[in-house]
Amino acid sequence: MRQVCAFLAGLVFGIGLILSGMTDPAKVLGFLDVAGAWDPSLAFVMGGAVLVGLFGFAFAQRRARSFFGGAIHLPNNRDIDNRLVGGSIVFGIGWGLAGFCPGPALVSFGAGQDKAAIFVAAMLGGMLLYTAAERMIHEPRRRAREPS
Amino acid sequence: MTIDWMHFTPWTSLAGGVLIGIAAVMLVLFNGRIAGISGIVGGLLAPRGAEVGWRLAFVGGLLAAPLAMLLLKYEMAPRIEAGFGTLVVAGLLVGIGTSYGSGCTSGHGVCGLSRLSPRSLAATAAFMAAGMATVFVVRHLA
Repeated sequence: MRQVCAFLAGLVFGIGLILSGMTDPAKVLGFLDVAGAWDPSLAFVMGGAVLVGLFGFAFAQRRARSFFGGAIHLPNNRDIDNRLVGGSIVFGIGWGLAGFCPGPALVSFGAGQDKAAIFVAAMLGGMLLYTAAERMIHEPRRRAREPS
Repeated sequence: MTIDWMHFTPWTSLAGGVLIGIAAVMLVLFNGRIAGISGIVGGLLAPRGAEVGWRLAFVGGLLAAPLAMLLLKYEMAPRIEAGFGTLVVAGLLVGIGTSYGSGCTSGHGVCGLSRLSPRSLAATAAFMAAGMATVFVVRHLA
């Protein structure tokens, strides 16, 4: 049942991305191109999503458990640090280059688009690179701290 | 600044946004999880037992969305200008950046802003600014 719900959430999310225009990279770039012929549509996507989200998350935050009885996992990290801002800038550059962010890229991959498949493969590669780099940096440190 | 009225779609974009919001609220209320797509996919690359099921199901839903739209007689017509090299570089940057910054347009942009998280607001401002700066350099300076 949980899995069915997660699938439906993904499906509705994906349909929303298609309907909103987010799966059209040229439209995304038109939104980011504030100095050219600016297409403000994507501000309406964010507006619509956050409008619903404000109520939904306010309700979720007041609940101790999800409808299925499991814990509600909300991030509790509140630090605005170099990782957050630096990582977001790197993401933004990639977003501005191709017009794809992770959700729309996956949906377009689901539609069988070759270019989206290339992007998704590279994105997964980037995530794996990050995990490998983290492990290389943190594993020796962790081992050094543990008494042998 | 000039507005591109020809491509401006306030109503379908707003409706799509509302659906995205509903989906994010569904996932948090039923599954107790944040609909951050980079985080959900990232978690699949480093799987830990029971955490895999809901992630795979959510991604499956995303992948099935175009088919559902086809059944509703809605055909996607994406315009992808980027070539192979650009797609690879952009994909790598998006993968590394979202991992390092712990989120993307969905996790920080939609869920984070809905939770009124200052951290997500900072992240959203950073990737929006970087995206706009990148498009400016590519379209107007290069």
